[in-house]
Amino acid sequence: MLHTFVALVEDKPGVLTRVASLFRRLNVNIVSLTVGRSERPGVSRMTIVALSSTSAGHRIMASLYKLENVLEVDDMDQVANVTRELALIKVGATPQTRSHIFELVEVFRARIVDLAPESLMIEITGVESKIEGLIQVLIESGDPILEVSRTGRMVMRRGHHTSRVLEAMRVAAVHESEAKDTAVFDLIEEESNFQK
Amino acid sequence: MGHSSQNDSPSSNTTRLTGAEIVWATLEGEGVRDVFGYPGGAILPVYDALRKFPIRHILVRHEQGATHMADGYARASGRVGVAIATSGPGATNMVTGLATAMMDSVPIVCITGQVSSKVLGSDAFQEVDITGISLPITKHNYLVTRTEDIAPAIREAFLIAKSGRPGPVLVDITKDAQQASAEFNFDAAAPKAYRPHPMQSHNADSITDAASLIREARRPVILAGHGVIQSGAIEQVRALSERMQIPVACTLLGLGGFPASHELCLGMMGMHGEAWVNQAIQQADLLIACGMRFDDRVTGSLATYAPNAKKIHIEVDPAEINKNVKVDVALVGDLKQVLEILLPHISSRANSPWVKEINSMKGECAVRDIRNLPDNGHLYAAHVINDLWNATDGKAIVVTDVGQHQMWEAQYYKHDQPRTLITSGGLGTMGFALPAAIGAKIACPEKEVWVIAGDGGFQMTSPELSTIAQEHLDLNIAIINNGFLGMVRQWQEFIYEKNYASSPILSPDFVKLADAHGIAGATVSKRSEVDSAVKTARASRAPFLINFLVEKEDSVYPMVAAGSALHEMIRRPDNPMIETAEDA
Ligand SMILES: Cc1ncc(C[n+]2csc(CCOP(=O)(O)OP(=O)(O)O)c2C)c(N)n1
Repeated sequence: MLHTFVALVEDKPGVLTRVASLFRRLNVNIVSLTVGRSERPGVSRMTIVALSSTSAGHRIMASLYKLENVLEVDDMDQVANVTRELALIKVGATPQTRSHIFELVEVFRARIVDLAPESLMIEITGVESKIEGLIQVLIESGDPILEVSRTGRMVMRRGHHTSRVLEAMRVAAVHESEAKDTAVFDLIEEESNFQK
Repeated sequence: MGHSSQNDSPSSNTTRLTGAEIVWATLEGEGVRDVFGYPGGAILPVYDALRKFPIRHILVRHEQGATHMADGYARASGRVGVAIATSGPGATNMVTGLATAMMDSVPIVCITGQVSSKVLGSDAFQEVDITGISLPITKHNYLVTRTEDIAPAIREAFLIAKSGRPGPVLVDITKDAQQASAEFNFDAAAPKAYRPHPMQSHNADSITDAASLIREARRPVILAGHGVIQSGAIEQVRALSERMQIPVACTLLGLGGFPASHELCLGMMGMHGEAWVNQAIQQADLLIACGMRFDDRVTGSLATYAPNAKKIHIEVDPAEINKNVKVDVALVGDLKQVLEILLPHISSRANSPWVKEINSMKGECAVRDIRNLPDNGHLYAAHVINDLWNATDGKAIVVTDVGQHQMWEAQYYKHDQPRTLITSGGLGTMGFALPAAIGAKIACPEKEVWVIAGDGGFQMTSPELSTIAQEHLDLNIAIINNGFLGMVRQWQEFIYEKNYASSPILSPDFVKLADAHGIAGATVSKRSEVDSAVKTARASRAPFLINFLVEKEDSVYPMVAAGSALHEMIRRPDNPMIETAEDA
């Protein structure tokens, strides 16, 4: 089965290798891995999707916690959550064939983010099945897919839940760097129409 | 590292030191008195600063030896062992020792020099990515490129090495970080408190569940592992065993964690465990696993392992729970602490028919015990080890290598005290014994230390004889010389139709080899000579090597072939001498 974990890790060189190396050691294939900043300075957030037996979840989680740089692990298979993935899809299209792609994009609530004489680029956000659905339809309608780039799954618990470990740690430096951080968050503005 | 934030007024203990001096000052602050190492270009600044500090440096002959010495030091004393090496080949020579310590959860800290930070990643002379190489075989590692990070990294390394489930930590320090200076304040470099594994748990419910399983069991067995010794839970395990009359089987690394002479001690379990031990496990209705990890060498085939037993697993590492054997109750935490919580829930029981039943199996097997064979000119390793056990009153620290002799030692040397058997269990590293024994002797100079090694494994690290001579160490060496890579030969006999491919091994005259190092020795080939040779060695107050020429094609019995059920043992033949080379 697919296991999905969210790991909060120290933002230091080599931490990604440690996490990746752990999965290699356990002989577990990583399906997708997204890493980025979290709400706290010095802490990165990873969403790891791994293919493994049902019973392996406990061991993967326990092993992740054995890495000194791992602060918290959440097993997302157990909880109500929101799952999203972002994909950029470049499709071969001429002015003559564009219009039906525009319709598809509309139906899938995706959008066109680049338009060139012989191609266009679609940005789509959603669960994997939605992204794969669009790709499938494009293939079926004979539009040549030139490039696909997908972020892999990002997952967040629903409802009021913040990281327990980070709260307990109460990183002293938060206040000083908060100003900088809000600037970062300001960049993430218009992403409000997910649930609609 | 961010430890220095609250440190606004530097205390009077702050001094300005070079990075190299900080390495030693931090080790000194951690209570280190002895380190094992080998110099080279990228660590020379550290060596240059050594004379200013009250730390004994033992010059080894190979960096693998340094890591095994640190390992033996830690296993014998419970303190963190320290090894030092240069970059590149010095660091890669440490790999086997790190992996050995990792597999057996031994707390060591290895410090390596690294090329200057400016040339990192440029394939500079003797540059190797040792933090990358050692990633899966260390509990944690650091690449330190700034002088001010040295003390916090080393201090954190010590904490991590000895906390939770212990293990090796490597600190790789660039040469420029050793050479530059920084403010040093030992206290300010203290790491934040160790974070216990968040998945450790044993709530009141699981304690009650465990207690009632123990109360209801009619045929319980305690499985005592390395964790009993590492957690210092010897008294608690004994209390549990005695209160409920529960027999105790030990893993190889658990030997000594429960006194071998105790009436409830069964002995070693697993591949070369005595028949009654494995039978008891297979017939048990409850296994209480204490600080052990159900390694394949102790379970045999998992499908048929202890089929009727409920299982309680008390273990510090949550990743071990349900890994190999599915358990009914898991108590995850430090063994000693968990047992202290559990014990008040355990009442006492006077006698147990189960123990009598096991004892009757014992008697039946013991009559064929090789020790009881008359002396007819054949020298068996079992004789040697039995006589050594007698002569040393069972009180020596015995450091074994890997192979048949390791199993015979485990069967015939009865360890009553923890930390008196030092051996590479998880990795099974040949060449471990001699250097590890040096570490043990340095850690415990007042103790009698014996190496028991095969003629094969001894040759892997025998240059460390020179270290023994240079450091004037009084330790004794017994080579169980059968002219074969014995354990390989045994597998070839049992599984590969006696195709002895590359298992006969030629050895130098070990007594002459010792002599070349100024170490005295003797060769023994008759049982009648064993005792007097051991007495000579013990009386010599100097290192002594005995080359025991034993039966060439003797095998370790019983044996559970890899993948067989634990009770399907190859038993000791009634008359093993018929099988030997000379008779054939
Ligand atoms: C470094 C290493 N290489 C190979 C092995 C595989 N191996 C296990 S036991 C053994 C034979 C050991 O022979 P010897 O040291 O003579 O001891 P004996 O078995 O005869 O007591 C070998 C080669 C190992 N455990 N370690």
